[in-house]
Amino acid sequence: MREVAIVAFGQSAHVRDSAETSEVEMLMPVLHDVLDRTGLAARDIGFTCSGSCDYLAGRAFSFTMALDGVGAWPPISESHVEMDGAWALYEAWVKLLTGEADTALVYAYGKSSPGDLREVLTRQLDPYYVAPLWPDSVALAALQARALIDAKLTDERELAGIAARSRRDAQSNPHAQLRGALPAGVPLVAPLRTGDCPPIGDGAAAVVLAAGDTARRLTARPAWIRGLDHRIEAHSLGVRDLTDSPSTRLAAERAGAFERPVDTAELHAPFTSQEVVLRRALGLDAADGAVRINPSGGALAANPVMAAGLIRLGEAAARIHRGDSDRALAHATSGPCLQQNLVAVLEGE
Amino acid sequence: MSKEPVAVTGIGQTAHVAARRDVSLAGLVREAARRALDDAELTWADIDAVVIGKAPDFFEGVMMPELYLADALGAVGKPMLRVHTAGSVGGSTALVAANLVAARVHRTVLTLAFEKQSESNAMWGLSLPIPFQQPLLAGAGGFFAPHVRAYMRRTGAPDTIGSLVAYKDRRNALKNPYAHLHEEDLTLEKVQASPMLWDPIRYSETCPSSDGACAMILTDRAGAARAPHPAAWVHGGAMRSEPTLFAGKDFVSPQAGKDCAADVYRQAGITDPRRQIDAVEMYVPFSWYEPMWLENLGFAAEGEGWKLTEAGVTALDGDLPVNPSGGVLSTNPIGASGMLRFAEAALQVRGRAGAHQVDGARRALGHAYGGGSQFFAMWLVGTDAPAT
Repeated sequence: MREVAIVAFGQSAHVRDSAETSEVEMLMPVLHDVLDRTGLAARDIGFTCSGSCDYLAGRAFSFTMALDGVGAWPPISESHVEMDGAWALYEAWVKLLTGEADTALVYAYGKSSPGDLREVLTRQLDPYYVAPLWPDSVALAALQARALIDAKLTDERELAGIAARSRRDAQSNPHAQLRGALPAGVPLVAPLRTGDCPPIGDGAAAVVLAAGDTARRLTARPAWIRGLDHRIEAHSLGVRDLTDSPSTRLAAERAGAFERPVDTAELHAPFTSQEVVLRRALGLDAADGAVRINPSGGALAANPVMAAGLIRLGEAAARIHRGDSDRALAHATSGPCLQQNLVAVLEGE
Repeated sequence: MSKEPVAVTGIGQTAHVAARRDVSLAGLVREAARRALDDAELTWADIDAVVIGKAPDFFEGVMMPELYLADALGAVGKPMLRVHTAGSVGGSTALVAANLVAARVHRTVLTLAFEKQSESNAMWGLSLPIPFQQPLLAGAGGFFAPHVRAYMRRTGAPDTIGSLVAYKDRRNALKNPYAHLHEEDLTLEKVQASPMLWDPIRYSETCPSSDGACAMILTDRAGAARAPHPAAWVHGGAMRSEPTLFAGKDFVSPQAGKDCAADVYRQAGITDPRRQIDAVEMYVPFSWYEPMWLENLGFAAEGEGWKLTEAGVTALDGDLPVNPSGGVLSTNPIGASGMLRFAEAALQVRGRAGAHQVDGARRALGHAYGGGSQFFAMWLVGTDAPAT
């Protein structure tokens, strides 16, 4: 299999409300940032792929205007997924594997501020049997948290600890939306408190992928993608064991995550309880605490929907670029209660 | 490093109608997928991954519906990707799926595209609210009509060309049992007398709004060897995009379309598309786009496309049949329309197009476009496996 690496990562500041800037204005500085890091111009890029969602923008074809931020002239080889940008990265990775391109620009953006995110996400549910009940994303995550507590796999004290650790780590992340000591907060949907839930906000991220020697030429220490896989589960919550994530485990297996221990894991866990599920599925608790989990602060510090998964891959890669990690796992999720999951294994040379 | 050759061994589509009230979204996609599996004589267990595409989620009012459709498409425990590249999405989706096989990430992939437009009003779904767009730009026709007018002015084409295309495609649709519109009593005079919607585009020169889905099974050489029916082989595939609006944009013949075709022809070793390609399924939502795309895709010199249409070259029995299936003008579940073009091209080279089969078709082009004439996806499929 062809060697492909993440050679650059950039992201915007993540903010509660970016009403003053359009998607293009939010995205452009990020695109310029990653291109500048590699010395590439837009026209040098072999393939471009993005992830975003019309339901956040509240308009059809919202990604077409974002393309203006790329400067797609002369015309470019380009695609878009209506998914988190992590899956756009997956599509671009496959493109590079075919040999049809040597470099790829991947970006994602999401503005949750124009609508009520909890309400908007209910439109993601089975349109006949579940969506008409409008169960919101926090309520569904709370069901999952309750199942975990009932199964004695976690307790509120552990969840509060995850929240505190995430925001403490985010203090050194200049892009994070929530940083530093925060109170556990009030119960939002029991057993989840405000502190267990991600901030709602707007943001964008981008990475550059490159193959083989091109990657070595573009950066001192490429973050090689040793494995990348994603799996989906049944949609109906009633047929799933919410305390487990078999799709994460399978994706990790297929990505080779269990072949050797990782030193870092960037997990896309918007709720503290979901980190518990993911750590168990990925066997990250079995080690002696040697795995550094979400040093960026994770989605609990900044959760721009549609970009937050790509940011996990970018943050993991950036740690490898900086020499802070030799082998990192990055994870992205989509759908209610971790329905769909992607796992990447990244390594330094 | 050589790519794995990609074969189409299964094709399925639903009956396309204005409103499939008899099925849910899940029922609709499953019907097409089941037919594609049957064609390939495979089961759900033989599928390694699912790649699904559709146009804006607002058409059905379901955000990222692939999450809900995972069960219906047998995707549980498998990778599932959702593509959205506007009107070209059906084509792009097939190309993303093909790359999974070409890169040897997976061996057999189910790809599917759908739209259930009866769940909403597509015309207003496509008319963006202020502040995203100026008012009075009602539907896709409102956007494209001025560009048709520009084509007419630029080439001096007679006013009747559009009606010839519409009449031809609707007649072809009579030979396609899956087509939405079966207008047995349509005449050229009726097309020309139909109400003007967006000048110069008349009602009968406009695509319908359909419910429907299309699915294909893509597989590698080993999969093709096991297939019960002849495969269509992918000889070339490409996507190109350009911005919606910019100074110097040629809406009549966009550069991205030309570049996309050139890339596909290069991969497939096509140097003279007019002679070397036996059938074309191109995305013609408004009749005049046939002559426009004939030029954009290199089948005719600039300004000459309408002459092919007028001379009957693009008829089912012409020497370059265009849209033998009846095309988008007869069937338009938007998200699936591009994949229908790709699938119909594949049916032609497999010799399985039924009453609308083009005799002896060995190489066919599938074409899709979307957005403001800015997203293009194409593939060229052939009867023979590509030389590697």
